[in-house]
Parts: sequence; C-alpha cells; structure tokens
Amino acid sequence: MSTKTLVEIKDLHVVYNTDEKTVYAVNGLNLTINRGETLGLVGETGAGKTTTALSIMKLLPDRVGEIRQGKILLDNIDITRATPADMRLIRGESVSMIFQDPMTSLNPILTVSDQISEVLDLHRLDMSSEEKIKKVDEILKLVGLSADRKNEYPHQFSGGMKQRVVIAMALACEPKLILADEPTTALDVTIQAQILSMMKELKQRLNTAMIFITHDLGVVAQICDRVAIMYAGEIIEIGTTADIFDNPNHHPYTSGLFGSIPDMTKVAKRLNPIEGLMPDPTDLPNGCKFHPRCPKCMEICEAVNPGDNIDGTHTIKCHLFSQ
Amino acid sequence: MSTPLIETKGLKKYFKTPKGDLHAVDDVNLKIEKGNTLGVVGESGCGKSTLGRIILRLLEPTAGEVLYNGKNILNYDRKQMLDIRKELQIIFQDPYASLNPRMTISEIIAEPIKVCKTITNKKELNDKVFELMETVGLAERLVNTYPHELDGGRRQRIGIARALALDPEFIVCDEPVSALDVSIQAQILNLLMDLQDQRGLTYMFITHDLSVVKHISKDVAVMYLGQCVERTDSETLFRNPLHPYTQALLNAIPIPSLRSRPRSELVIKGEITSPINPRPGCRFAARCPRATKICTEHNVELKEIESGHFVACTLY
Repeated sequence: MSTKTLVEIKDLHVVYNTDEKTVYAVNGLNLTINRGETLGLVGETGAGKTTTALSIMKLLPDRVGEIRQGKILLDNIDITRATPADMRLIRGESVSMIFQDPMTSLNPILTVSDQISEVLDLHRLDMSSEEKIKKVDEILKLVGLSADRKNEYPHQFSGGMKQRVVIAMALACEPKLILADEPTTALDVTIQAQILSMMKELKQRLNTAMIFITHDLGVVAQICDRVAIMYAGEIIEIGTTADIFDNPNHHPYTSGLFGSIPDMTKVAKRLNPIEGLMPDPTDLPNGCKFHPRCPKCMEICEAVNPGDNIDGTHTIKCHLFSQ
Repeated sequence: MSTPLIETKGLKKYFKTPKGDLHAVDDVNLKIEKGNTLGVVGESGCGKSTLGRIILRLLEPTAGEVLYNGKNILNYDRKQMLDIRKELQIIFQDPYASLNPRMTISEIIAEPIKVCKTITNKKELNDKVFELMETVGLAERLVNTYPHELDGGRRQRIGIARALALDPEFIVCDEPVSALDVSIQAQILNLLMDLQDQRGLTYMFITHDLSVVKHISKDVAVMYLGQCVERTDSETLFRNPLHPYTQALLNAIPIPSLRSRPRSELVIKGEITSPINPRPGCRFAARCPRATKICTEHNVELKEIESGHFVACTLY
C-alpha cells in the first residue's frame, strides 16, 4: 500500500441474510481511494452504493448484514476485523458520514451546537469546554451558518441549512475520509448548487478525501476527480472524470445511463433508456450481471463474468473490450 | 385564436395558518392549448402542486376562475363535476403512496370506470383493463398482483393506466418521474410522449427538473413563491431566459459534461422567503442579484416582453 492510498477495498462481498433469502448486495468490489481525492460512486437504487459506504463505517445492520469476504484497509487498519470499541474511535475521527436526508439525521431534541460538540466530546478529550465552544463557532462559520443560531433546534432551520449542520458535524474532527451519501438529493437545485460549491471549497481547504454517492451524473461532473459506476454490487466501470465524460469507450450500462438523461443542450425527440429492470439481488444472473438488459450481449456474456480491462486510468468490466 | 383547453384567470389559493395567510398560489394566469404540454417548474414550496390540484378542483381556490373549453368549472355542481372529471385526470408523484395497498392492479385500474359507470358489462371491463395494461407496458400476468409486489417504475405505470382509464383529454402530471431512477424515468417519459402522440392528450407537467421540462413540454411556466414569474415556449426559455430567477435556476442545474463547468459557478445566495403574508413587491427581490429599490415598492405584473414571452420583472 503506497502512502498516497488512504482506503483500499479488496474483493468485498456483503450479503443481507433474511428469513427466506440471502440478498447479494456487494459482489467482489475492488476500490482504492487516494488522499484528498473525491470519488463519485454512481448507480441506481439497489446497486450497492450505500451498502459499500456502510461497510466502510461498519454500520451494517446487526445480524442481518454480513461482510462475507474481503478486506477494507483504512490507513493499513483492516476495518473488517476492528472491534466495536475500535470502531467508535475511528468513526467521527478518521471517517465520517453525511446521510441523504438532513431532516431525519439530526436529533430533534438537541440544539445544533450540542450535536456538533458531541463529536468533540467523544474524540477531543483534552479540549476544554471554552475551546469546544470556540471550535463549534468556527465550524459553523466554515459551513456558512451564523454562530448566533447555534442554540436553535433543527426544526428551526430549512433543509439546506440542516444539511450544512450535518456537514459541520462530519467535519468537526477533520476526518481523513468523508462518505457523502446523496447529500444533495433531498434539496432544491439552487440550494444544491450552494451546498456543492461549499463542499468543493471545504474539500480543497481541508484536503479531505471523499466518497460521493449519487445517482446524478451532473453532480458528479461538478465535484468528482474520479468516478466509479456500480451495477448489481460490482464496479463495472471506473476512471477519471475525463475518462467517463469524454472518452467514447464505455460499458453498455454507462452508455445507457447517459442515454437516459434528457440533454439540456440538444433537441432530441426520444430518450434511449436501458430496457428492463435491475436484476433481483437474491437471484443474480450468471456471467455478466448486466447481460439480460444489454443491447450488445454476446454468447460469452451469459456464461463468464468479465474481468477488468484496464486502459491507463480507465477500467471497464465488459467482454466487448477484452482482447 | 381558438379557445384554449384549460385557462386560469387570477387564480389564488390562500391557506389559513396561525401566523397569517399563506399565499400558496397568488394570481396565476395560464393557458394550455389542446394537444400541448405546459411544463410548470419551480422549487419546493412554490405552489406548483397546489396549482395542479386547484385546476382539477381537488382544492377550492380562494379567488379566480378555471376555464375548461371556455366554461368556468368552479361553478359546476357535484353532478356536473363527476361528468367533467372523466376528462380531467391526474398522475401523482409518489407511486408508493398513491395506490391502495389492499387492491389488486386490475381493481385499481378499473376503479375510475366503476365510479363513473362508463362500462357496466363485466367482460368488457376486463378487456378494457387488459387493453390499458398493454398500453402502458404492464405484462398481463401482473393483473392480480398487489402494488407492494412491484417496483417503482411498474407502479407508476399503474398510476398512468388509471389516469387513462376514462379516456381523458387533460392530465395533470404531478412530478410523475421524480421518485424514479434515471433509466426508469426515461422509460416513463417516453411512454407519456407516445401516449400524447397516439391520443392527442394535453398535459400539465409539474416538475422541479428543468431538463425534464425541456424534453417534454412545448410551453413552460416558471413559478416562484406562488407567482408565475416567466412564461414562454420551451425553446425561447432555454435560449433566452429573462427573469433573474429563471437564469439562476438554469445555472444551478448540474450538467453531465465537463465542458460546461464554468457556467455553473454563479450561485444565488439565500433561501426561499416565507410565503406567509409576503411583503409587496417582487418576491424574488431578497435573493435577486439585480434587485433595485423599485422592486420592493410595488407588485410586479407579468408583462409580454416579446411576442409570447411573459416576464414579471422590473428590468424589462
């Protein structure tokens, strides 16, 4: 592991065990994230994006969620083997998470300043209470909120401001990695634009690495350095933003995603969506998991799961590109 | 010019709250020609859904008129309304909440027909249900399943089949694709456009997503805090947006391309102000980068700047 690498995920398999069936949520995921880098994790509902993030935080639901196989190395510490006590020290300190819905991820009966200083209470044992108060004011200013409002409760804030509070909590201990799970999906576009430009600025200032989970390719183009496209628990394409947005070679699923977005710059009568639906995660198809929906499906695709075809920084998991 | 299919005149809806009147819809004038799609865009809380519901009389307006083929439907009694509802239908935003979980698909689709008694013969009714399912792309085997067994895209197809059951002329689509994934969203948009071509439907398409609006509508109305701030055809709006709010909204959309990056750096400050007892003047003035003193002095009317291009702004 080089010093540049912050997170390395090797062959991760995550399942959810239910009474009747086993849900295969993540199937052999490999991923590295460098320090200070923003990686966009893109995919549709059920692709395994959130499960991947929860595995890194070790917040999978008890008994139901299970990491079957694989390693997650964060600064050379294997998270899959960490004890609950270890994890309490890692969460908030080295890794923190911003959840999708700012309305439900704040405690309604605690003031905003109490919620932010809770992180400091847990991780900054040597800080005096005056220092903590000062730190809270500082963080609030950083995310663009006035410190006068720190003694108010979440319901007194609008959606965009609540999301700023959640981001402030995530940044309180200046973690090395932030997992942002659709942080702007619940917000209006003008507010989304404000939050995105703020996150971009903060990331540069604090040199934090970030995994940005989203289904919106437009957001990805604005904020990410690298992009990984997920489908049925696998990364089927990964590359720099230029590889994904400017390179003509794509996994057929990625092309389908781009074809589904109404293009603001062109006049098109019809969209070209991907036909069919996501496969059932309890009963995944053999071979390439995309083959039942793929317009370019070949014989080999039905039998053999394709390996990674690497071209510089750009990796595509598809038989079309294997020589 | 012929009579538009739907026209609203001075439509207002105020909700009473303990703090005062909430101006959800404030003096909105719209026209929708037959066979066209009017896109209504705006952020949450701008009154776009309330407007859609008033037009269908699911909510009673505080003031104003809703004309359907030139007749004010607000004066209609219960019986006349039942008659006219066959022509006016709605597709709701959330396909999870708008279907009764205790009814099967065929019961859901047949319900409007049973209520309006347009088909009484049982066999004909069954045939009609199958025909509708085929139109919206639902497999016949799903006829006796319940909504919870299906995914969001299929559920939204049921909502569309139900709206089509009475062969309406006009459908209000209230964010029909917002809850869906992009690939499913594209399938549903294609379906709605095909149906319009085949049946000559008229849509009012409510959404917060400008790129969807551009794709599906001929005319667009931009709303801000209960008022229509700009109205024109879709091509002109995207080529030459005049109201500062429309410009900001267009700038805020993330574009899935690397080349258009610098454009989106312009960000409007602040958040939507309270719709309760709003102060006179332009409601966008508090956030507007080009606001001057006159903006807050008196109300700004929607004016025709160019032919067919209406803007409510003191700059013009």
